[in-house]
Order: sequence, then structure tokens, then C-alpha cells
Amino acid sequence: MLTAENYGYSGIVQLPQDIELLRTQTRRLVDRDLRPRTLEIERERKIPEELVATLRELGYFGITIPERYGGLGLSTLAHAVLQEELGRAHAAFNMLISGNNGIGVMGLVLAGSEEQKERWLPRLASGEWIAAFALTEPNAGSDAQAIEARAVRDGDRFILNGTKHYISRGDIADLVTVFAVTDPATRARGGITAFVVERGTPGFRVARIQDSMGSDVIKQAELVFEDCPVPAGNVVGEIGQGFATAMRILDLGRLSLAARCLGTMEELLSVSVAHAKNRVQFKKPIAEQPAIQHMLADTATDIAMLRPALYTAASRRDAGETVTQDAAMLKLYASEALGRAADRAVQIHGGMGFMRDCVVEGIYREARMMRIVEGTSEIQRMLIARGVLEGQR
Amino acid sequence: MKILVTAKRVPDPEQKVKLKGNELDQSATNWQLNQFDEYAVETALRLTENASAGNARDGEVVVVSIGPKDVQQQLRSTLAMGADKAILVAGEDAELDAEIVARTIQKLAERDKPDLILMGKLAADSESNDAGQRLAGYLGWPQATFAGTIEVVDGGKALLVGREVDAGIETKKVTLPAVVTVDLRIVAPHAIKNGKTAKDHAYAEGPRYASLKGIMAAKKKPIEDTTLQALGVTAQKRIKTTTLEAPPARKAGIKVQSVEELVQKLHSEAKVI
Ligand SMILES: Cc1cc2nc3c(=O)[nH]c(=O)nc-3n(C[C@H](O)[C@H](O)[C@H](O)COP(=O)(O)OP(=O)(O)OC[C@H]3O[C@@H](n4cnc5c(N)ncnc54)[C@H](O)[C@@H]3O)c2cc1C
Repeated sequence: MLTAENYGYSGIVQLPQDIELLRTQTRRLVDRDLRPRTLEIERERKIPEELVATLRELGYFGITIPERYGGLGLSTLAHAVLQEELGRAHAAFNMLISGNNGIGVMGLVLAGSEEQKERWLPRLASGEWIAAFALTEPNAGSDAQAIEARAVRDGDRFILNGTKHYISRGDIADLVTVFAVTDPATRARGGITAFVVERGTPGFRVARIQDSMGSDVIKQAELVFEDCPVPAGNVVGEIGQGFATAMRILDLGRLSLAARCLGTMEELLSVSVAHAKNRVQFKKPIAEQPAIQHMLADTATDIAMLRPALYTAASRRDAGETVTQDAAMLKLYASEALGRAADRAVQIHGGMGFMRDCVVEGIYREARMMRIVEGTSEIQRMLIARGVLEGQR
Repeated sequence: MKILVTAKRVPDPEQKVKLKGNELDQSATNWQLNQFDEYAVETALRLTENASAGNARDGEVVVVSIGPKDVQQQLRSTLAMGADKAILVAGEDAELDAEIVARTIQKLAERDKPDLILMGKLAADSESNDAGQRLAGYLGWPQATFAGTIEVVDGGKALLVGREVDAGIETKKVTLPAVVTVDLRIVAPHAIKNGKTAKDHAYAEGPRYASLKGIMAAKKKPIEDTTLQALGVTAQKRIKTTTLEAPPARKAGIKVQSVEELVQKLHSEAKVI
């Protein structure tokens, strides 16, 4: 049942029974097996093997991959709810599966040929293989059209040269969706192509792991391609249409990120409430102090505003509508709201919130990336403003 | 083997209950499956599968609940775990007691003829611990309560049940059909031996998680809707609730300086020693 206590005001949006069941079952898994391990994962910088196996067995690597290829083919709404629930556990869980449910495989799902899907998707749906998405380069971040990686046709293959960086799961991925320039004259307008590159392809190597301020359980890596031969059969979608594909992938990714942020905010609120009720200063729980109450109220309000907006956008996408504008707004709002919520949570915990053995400390650091990845806040605002000026809403 | 499992929804034991007059405030209640019933479902699934051969099913598990329409949610979760079918007998908690529950399950058992009825040892809300015993009596079937282990013996014609009793474990052999109520340890890794799954197979501790696939498949599994009337239950409620009140709020504790002071206070103030 949805109650104010557990789900803010989500009662506004009544979810279908099967999605509610996905939620309660995932919640059970998160509460029983995943959440209790947060500090251990943070300390060991590793997800325990048995938990990865559990996620595999239960199907969490194949949430969005169509049933025909061994996945569940769940709706955007169902996926959002699952990510929200997983968002209450260590961020590494969502990061681990997000390539296989999102940016790493969406190119294949949206634009791949039947043969490519049959070849790669079942292994990704089962979690046997891990997928990554490689667009960003040292000289091309927000301006993704500026990528310099080159792919030159050579008979029935392409020769790939270039460097990608900050690639999540780059070090553990078995399959990477890589974007490279095939026609420097047209670039984003017909000159960028998407390729699937398998681990072990000659000339492809993980140059280094890039240590970050996050937990580094799931890492970012620099990938180098030197005269790397990629079969022409690995081109995803049409030659030259890679940039459009990348944008469609990121569109979906934004809703996902918003869902993850939402779940993490719920976790922050719940640990903050528990701490505020427990911590006694000046002879009473700090929860009785208006200053603390206001912080809790602000986070609760953000959660309550975000959830129905996310569910609505996800449902509209499931109904076939374009939600580019909504996805940008949700990603922007959720990542910034998470930043505020994490900051408040540290404040509510006081010195303890600054210490490594407190879960909010890790969340605070990890949360910072949400305003940068898959389009910075500035880029989201630019996209939203463009839509607004063009007359959308 | 065909197994009928009973399942009741109860208020989340972790949640502080809200009362409305002499009743639970239903709108403010988080419901979940009674833990022991969830264990009974797990037990039924372990008894009817070969976990050493990709969980190949061999048998049928039917879960029955008596309750309002919303209980569908809890029944679906048992279908998602792997049960084959569910039965929802319409009824409100306030109109039920162990007598009516036992009579209802009796009617269902006479109609569907299961080989085994599995129940939780008690429901976490009323903690009466008597529906199973009554049911076995009415059916005239052997019963084994508080099962911590179950082994299928005599070529599937009987069960060897390890019962959790005060003095330790009592082992009892019951011929089928029988009524068995389960205790906490029934979901330990080696608690169940069904003659198919390898004897040394270790299950994960606790009831299984529903896979995402199981959850989606649950949507298509049948839930039979029926009523006490349709089943021919004529029993009358024998227990009346006169008042329902929350336990008094706990008084704040005190800090003592020494063991001597503690002992003295326990003796003179708390009067417990
Ligand atoms: C943890 C993490 C994981 C990542 N995972 C992946 C991955 O899996 N795959 C992948 O391809 N990439 C990944 N990235 C890269 C990420 O997508 C980029 O970091 C991001 O797009 C920003 O690019 P940049 O770092 O080059 O910053 P820059 O583009 O250099 O931006 C610097 C600043 O300038 C601002 N700015 C830039 N252009 C404008 C403008 N036009 N108007 C206003 N402000 C502007 C930005 O908003 C930012 O504040 C990851 C990054 C991180 C941190």
C-alpha cells in the first residue's frame, strides 16, 4: 500500500498492480540484502559477488531488453520504479546494471539489426556481459558533436582510432557502444556513426582507471583505440546516424537518472528522520528544532513534487509520446534536488555526517556526479530553454 | 503433490499502528503477508521442485487467503514467488475468527482434495495460533505444528516433521493428507528434503525473492474469487472484540551509577527481584 510514511505523496499517482508488485518485491530485496551492505561496499570498493549473482538471477540486468532477446521488456514506468527503489541502496547497484538497461545497450535495442540483437542482447539481458557507452572525449564533453575519434572504412571493416574518457564501467565492460566520426565534413549531420566494440578486439585497451571523488565501486575509465579493426557488421543503425542515436539514448537515460536521484533522496530523508528523532541535544531530540524540521520538510517536498512528475513523463513515453523536454527538466530538477537533499542530510547529521562510517557521507560525494553526467545542468537548461523558445509549454 | 497454503495479510509489524475507535485504522496501515505464511509458501515451493534440476516443478501449490479485495496484492506476490494458483475468499477481518477460518479451509480442502495443507504457525496480528489445530481436527487429518524441518518419506505418502517444542526437537511422522504449520527454521538452507532435490542442496536462508520474470508471470496466473457462502461455510463467529487499545507509551528510562544501585532499584522500585 502506498502511504505517506513510505512514499511521500505518491498516492497522487496510483500505479498499476504489477508495477506496485515490482516495487514491493524490489523494496524487500533492497531492505533485506542490499541496504545493510552500503558501508561495507563503500569500504571495500566492491559489490559482493553473491549480490551481483542475485541481481543476475532475479533479472535486473534485463529490465528493458525486449523479451524476445531474453530480457523483461518492461515499460519506462516500471524501469523508473525499479531504479527508484534500487536508488535507496548503494549507488553502485544502479550503476552496475544501468549500462545493460540503458546507455550501453539502448543503441542496439533502438537501432540495431535483428542479427545484432540476437547476437548480443541475450548475454546482456542475463548479466553475463556488461555494457558501456563511450561518447565523451578529452576534447568533447558537453559539445559531443566535437568528438575526434575516427572510423575509416577498410573493405568490410572500419579502422577505429581515438580516445574516450570518463567511461563508466569501461574497465569491466564486455561490450562498448562507441561513437566515432565517419565523415568529418558532415559530423553530427550524417558523419558520426555508432559501433559495437567487444572487449579483446585488437587495438582496443583500457588505458587507465580514473579515480574520482565518488565511491569508485563502479569506475570510470579511459579507453584507447589504436588501429582497432571493427567489422562493418558492428555498425549500429545506419552509417552516419550515430549522433541522432546517441541523443535518443541520452533522452531515455535522463529519466533513469531522475529515478535514481529520487530513490536516493528517499534514503537520505529516511536516515535523516531516524537520526533527528534519536539525536538528543539540549535535552530533546533535534527533530523538535524548527531548523531541523525545515530541512526535512524541504527534502520531503522535493520528493513529493518529483515522483508524480517522473511517473507521468515515464507513462507518457510508454504511450508513445516524445518526452525530451520533460526528461531534461526531470534530470535537471532531480539532480539538483538530490544535491540539496544530500547537503541537508550531512547538516542534520552534524559531524557524524562528515565521517566515513555514516552513509550520508558517501551519498553526498556520489550525488555530485548527477549534475554532470549525461548532460550537465547547464546543458539541460539550454535544451529546456530551446524548447521553451520554440513554443513548447 | 498438491499443496494448499493459507496466507493472511497483517499490518507491517515494524509500523506503529493507528487505531480508529475499537478498530485498526485501515487507511493508515501498511499491509504485508504474515511472515509465517510467507515461510509456508516457501516450504510448499521447496517441496514441489527439484532445486538440483533448475527448479523443475513437480506438484501444484495453491495459496488461499480470506480477506478483502486488496489481498490480491499479497496473493500476487506468492504467485510471483512461484505458486501456481490463488484463491481469494471474500471476507473482512472484523467478521472472521479462527473458527470461521478453519471451517472455510475445511470446505476448500474437501472440495480440492490437497495432499497437504501448509499454514504459518500463527498470524502476527492476533497471534492466536489455533486455526491449524482446529482445521486438522475438523478434517480428521493428522497434524504436525511448529515444523522446523520436513522430509518426504514412504515414497511420498508421509512426512517426517521436526517440530520445535520447548524441550528441543520432536520428530513426528504424519501420513498424508495432513495439516502442517511452520515455524521460523523451516526456511533454513537444509530444512526441507523432498526426495528429488539433492539432499545436500543448500537453499539461501529465508523465503525466496520473486524474480522480475516471476512477477510479470504472476499477472497471468489465476486468482479464483469465491465467498464463504459459495463454499457453504455456515460457522458463526465465536470471538467478540470488546476493546482494542494501543499499549501504553513506555516511560523514559533512568541511568544508574553502579551495579549496586541497579540491583537496589530493581528490588525496591521495579520490584522484580
Ligand atoms: C561519473 C561520471 C561518469 C561518466 N560516464 C560517462 C559514460 O559512461 N560515457 C560517456 O560517454 N561519458 C561519461 N561521462 C562524461 C560526461 O558525460 C561529461 O563529463 C559531461 O557531459 C560533461 O562534459 P565535460 O566533462 O567535458 O565538461 P565540459 O563540457 O568541459 O563542461 C565544463 C563546464 O562548462 C559548462 N558548459 C559547457 N558548454 C556550455 C554551454 N554551451 N553553455 C553553458 N555552459 C556550458 C558545463 O556545463 C560545465 O559546467 C561521465 C562523467 C562522469 C563525471
